[in-house]
Amino acid sequence: MLQRPYASGPSLPDTSRLVRVLKLELKGITKRFGSLVANDHIDVVVEPGQIHCLLGENGAGKSTLMNVLYGLYEPTEGEILIDDKPVTFRGPGDAMAAGIGMVHQHFMLVPVFTVAENVALGAETTKTGGFLDLDDTRRKIREISDRYGFDVDPDALIEDLPVGVQQRVEIIKALVRDAKVLILDEPTAVLTPQDTDELLDIMRQLKSHGTSIVFISHKLREVKAVSDTITVIRRGKVVGSADPGASTTELASMMVGRAVSLTLDKAPANPQETTFEVNNLTVIAPNGQHVVDGISFGIARGEILAVAGVQGNGQTELTEAILGLHERVHGSITLDGEELVGRSVKEVLNAGVGFVPEDRSLDGLIGTFSIAENLILDRYDQAPFAKGISMSPAKVLENAKTRIAEFDVRTPSGSLAAGTLSGGNQQKVVMARELSRPLRLFIASQPTRGVDVGSIEFLHKRIVAERDHGTPVMIVSTELDEVIELADRIAVLYKGRLVGIVPAGTGRDVLGLMMAGVSPDEAQADAAGRHSARSLSENPAANAAENPAGTPAENPATKPAMNPAPAAPSVQEPGSGAVGDPHE
Amino acid sequence: MSENTEPRSAAAPDPDQLPASQATDVEPEPLEDAADFVTSLDTAGGAHQPSAVPVSTQSGALPGAPEEESLLRKIFTGNGIVTILAVLLALILGGLLIAMTDKVVGTTAGYLFARPSDFLIAVWSAATDSYVALFQGAVFNPRGNGVAGQFAPLMETLTIATPLITAGLGVALAFRAGLFNIGAQGQIIMAGILASWVGFALHLPLGIHLLLVLVAGVIGGAVWGGIVGVLKARTGAHEVIVTIMFNYIALYFLRYLLDTDLFQRPGADTPISPIVDPSAAYPLIFGSQYRLHLGFLLAIAATVFVSWLLNRSTLGFEFRAVGANPKAALTAGINVSRATILVMTIAGGLAGLAGVAQVAGTEKVLTDGVAATYGFDAITVALLGRSSPWGTFAAGLLFGAFRAGAVQMQIQTGTPIDIVLVVQSLIVLFIAAPPLVRAIFGLNPRKKKAATAGKTKQAATTGGAA
Repeated sequence: MLQRPYASGPSLPDTSRLVRVLKLELKGITKRFGSLVANDHIDVVVEPGQIHCLLGENGAGKSTLMNVLYGLYEPTEGEILIDDKPVTFRGPGDAMAAGIGMVHQHFMLVPVFTVAENVALGAETTKTGGFLDLDDTRRKIREISDRYGFDVDPDALIEDLPVGVQQRVEIIKALVRDAKVLILDEPTAVLTPQDTDELLDIMRQLKSHGTSIVFISHKLREVKAVSDTITVIRRGKVVGSADPGASTTELASMMVGRAVSLTLDKAPANPQETTFEVNNLTVIAPNGQHVVDGISFGIARGEILAVAGVQGNGQTELTEAILGLHERVHGSITLDGEELVGRSVKEVLNAGVGFVPEDRSLDGLIGTFSIAENLILDRYDQAPFAKGISMSPAKVLENAKTRIAEFDVRTPSGSLAAGTLSGGNQQKVVMARELSRPLRLFIASQPTRGVDVGSIEFLHKRIVAERDHGTPVMIVSTELDEVIELADRIAVLYKGRLVGIVPAGTGRDVLGLMMAGVSPDEAQADAAGRHSARSLSENPAANAAENPAGTPAENPATKPAMNPAPAAPSVQEPGSGAVGDPHE
Repeated sequence: MSENTEPRSAAAPDPDQLPASQATDVEPEPLEDAADFVTSLDTAGGAHQPSAVPVSTQSGALPGAPEEESLLRKIFTGNGIVTILAVLLALILGGLLIAMTDKVVGTTAGYLFARPSDFLIAVWSAATDSYVALFQGAVFNPRGNGVAGQFAPLMETLTIATPLITAGLGVALAFRAGLFNIGAQGQIIMAGILASWVGFALHLPLGIHLLLVLVAGVIGGAVWGGIVGVLKARTGAHEVIVTIMFNYIALYFLRYLLDTDLFQRPGADTPISPIVDPSAAYPLIFGSQYRLHLGFLLAIAATVFVSWLLNRSTLGFEFRAVGANPKAALTAGINVSRATILVMTIAGGLAGLAGVAQVAGTEKVLTDGVAATYGFDAITVALLGRSSPWGTFAAGLLFGAFRAGAVQMQIQTGTPIDIVLVVQSLIVLFIAAPPLVRAIFGLNPRKKKAATAGKTKQAATTGGAA
C-alpha cells in the first residue's frame, strides 16, 4: 500500500544511497521542421530537486522540447547544459547516460514481458558467458520499490498490471538507470482521479530524494497541486513563469493568450420522451472477452448522457457497436423503435445517427482528401453531390464553403487537404459533417481531445445546441471535467459494465470511485466519509469552498472517518481546470 | 495554438490566427526533418503506415508553400520535378555505364593522363551516340524512307506502349485503392487465352467478331483480378502473395492449354495456337506500313475512363477513400469489401486489355510468351506515373520508347539492349528515394545545422554528467 505522507514527511533516506543531484538548463532551444517552428528560443532552468512544470496547450511545443532534451531530435539552435556544461545528445542513450530519464505518455513497455525483463531491456546485466542476470535487476527493482513505496512485483507480466502500476514500472525503468532528472510527459492522461493523486504523491517523494522532475501537462489542477515552479509555453515560445499560487484563470489566460471563460453557459435540459434505448448489450471481442457486458440505458430527446470511465473500459466498443462496426453483438439497440443491431454502418448512418469517432485522424478524417471531400464522406453518393454514379465537384465545394463558414473552420480554402488543419479545426470538420444532416441521435466520442481552448468552447456550445434542438446526445469522454460540464446524466463504465447512472452535479470524488468500479451508493458513502474526515481535521471554513453540489447522503456527523490515512484532497474548484482538457 | 471564435474582422490581421501552414499539430515524426516533401499526411501520428501512393495524386491541392520559399523553389522541389529528375539521373548513370563498356573509351583510358580530353570526348561520344540511336529508334529516324519511314519509330513506340499503358492503368488503379496488383501478368495471360480462342475458334462477321474478342479478353482479365479481390475482402489474404501465385497458375495453365487440341495449331509441334481470324484482329490505324493498331486508341480511351472513374465518380471516391484511410472509410459507411472486389475486377479488366492488344493487335497468335514482360513492366510504369491516369500514360509512352529504341541502338552502336533495362531499373530506384534525388541535385529545403551545440570543443557525446 502506498505510503501517504500525511502529517509527517517521508522517512529519512539512507544518505549513502541518495540520488545525486543535477542542474539542467535549456538555453535558446529552437527546433524547426521545415518552416514550422515548433520551439522558439526556449529557456528553461530546472534546479536540482525541483518539480518544474511545463504548462501549455496541445501543440504548444512541449513534447517537441522534451524530445530535444531526450536526444530524439537535434535542436536547430540552442544548447543543453547539464551542471552548467554544454552537452550534445546523439540519441536517448546519451541522455540516459547523462542522467535524464523519460516517462512517455504512451508507455514503452513490452506487454508480454515481466516487469524485470522490461526494466532490464536495453541495460541488461550479464553473468560470465553472456547469460542474462535478471536477479540483479529484480534486486534493484525491489530496492527502488521499497524506497518509494511502489509495491511492484518484478515478476508480474505487464499486460496483467493496471495502468497506474505500469506507469510506476516506467518510472522504475528511469530510476534504475540512475535518472536524476525525470521527465513525465502528460502522465495523468490515462489515470483515474485516485491514481492521479497517488502519482502526485510519488512525485513529491521523488523530489524529497533529490530527483528533479519536469512535469509536462495541460491540466491546471494537478500542476498547481504539485509544482514548485511553472513555465508556460504557448505556440513554441515561453510566455512566462508562474508559481503554483496563481489562479487557474490566470494560468489559463497565459496558456491561451487571452481571457478565457472556463465554464460553459448551459441552459437546463428539457428532456422529452426516450427515443434511444440500449438493452442488455454485450459485445464480444475476437479473443472472446466481453468488452461490453450486459449494458442497458436510454437517452431521451433533448438530453445529454455522458459516458465516463477510464480509457479501455468498453466505451469505444459501445460506440462502435451502435454504429455497426462490431460483428459479435448481442442484445438490442433501438432508435425510435427501429433495431440497429445487425445493420450495416451505412444503414445506421442513414437512420439518422451522427457519429464523431474518438480518433479523428485515424477514423474520422481522410488526411489526404480535401476538406470539402471530408465534409461529404458519408454522403458522397447522395444528391446533390452525386447523380447516379457521377459526382459533382462544384456542389461539393459549395457545401464546403457553407459548412466552413458555419463552423468557423480556419482554412483559406475548402480544397486544401484536411491533414493541414490544426486538431481543433479537424474536429470541427468532423462535427460539421455529422451535424449537417437531420439527426435522431448524436454520438461524440472524446469530442475535444487534442483540441485548443477556443475550439473547445465552440464545440461544446454546438453540442448543447444540438441537444436543445431535441436530439438525444451521447458523449463519451475520459475527461472528467468535460463530463461534468456537458452532462445532464452521467453513466460510468468499468470493465464493460455499467457501474451506475448518476445525475449531473455528482461530485468528482464519487465519480472517480465509480470509475474504479465502486457502485454509486458505496462511492457516495465513501466520499461522504472522507469529507467528514477532512472536515474534522482541517479548517472548518474550508468546507464552504468544497463542492456544494455534493451528494444527498452527506451527513458528516453520522459517518466518522473510516480510512485512517485518507487520500490527499483533490481540489474541489467547481468547473475549473476545464481548460485544455484533452489528453492523447 | 489559439483560435478565437469571435467574428473575424476582414482587415485587421488577427494576431492569434496562424496561417494554415503553421497551424498544424506537431506530432513527433521519427527523425524525418524534410516535412516539406509530403509523401503522406495521414499517418495518424505514426499509427498508420504512410500510403504507397504519393499524396499529391490522392486528392485536393496541398497546402500553400511556406512564405520564405520562392515560387521557383517550390516548383523545383515538388513531386513532379523529382520524377523528371529521377529519369534524368537514370539516363546519366546509364550513359556512364554505356561509356564504361565502350571500346574506344577503353583505349583512350589507357593514355588518360597524357591526353585526358580524348577520354572525355570518347565518354561523351559513347553515351550520346547510343542515346541518339535510341531516339532515332524511338521517335524519329532522319534516314528513313520518306516521311513514312521517318516516323516509323514513333509508330513503333506507340504500338509497344499500348499494352504497357493499359496494364499500367490496371496496376495504378489498384494502387489508388491501396492494393498492390502484382498480377497484371496473369491477367494479361488469361485475357490472351480467352481472346485468342474467340479469335481463332469462332468465325463471325467483321465488327461482331472483334467486339466479342475484346469482351472475352476483358472478362478474362477481370475475373482473374476479381477472384483476388474476393479473397482479399473475404479472408484478408494479402493480394501481393495471391496475385503472384495467380501469375504462375495462369502461365502454366497457358502452357498446358497450348498442348491440347483445343488450342494447339494443327500440324505444329511447338506450343502455338492457330492464327487469329482477320476479322478478329485490330484494324491498323495508319495502314499496313506500321504496326499501330486500334489498341492504341483504346488505351487512350482507357486512360480517359480511369481518370473519370477516379476523379468524378462515386465509385472512384470510394476507391480513393479506401486507399487513403480504410478505417475512416469504414466509419463513414463505405463498404470496403465491395470496393476491394470492384477495384480488382476493373483493374484486371484493364490489364486484360493489354492481353487483347497482344493477341488481336501485334502477335495475332497465342504463345506462352503472350504476356512477355508487360505484366511486370506495368508495375514500373504505374510507379513512374505515380499512379495517376495520365502520368501512367506518359510513363507507358516513355517505356515504349525505350523498348522501341533499344533495338536500333544495338544495331547502330552495338550497345546491348539490356542497358535499357538498367536505365528502367535505375528510374524505379530513384523514384523510390526522392530525398536521394533531391539531395543529389541540391534541392533539399534549407536546413540550419544545430549551431553551437555540435561544435563546441567540449561536446562530449555522453554529456557532462559528473
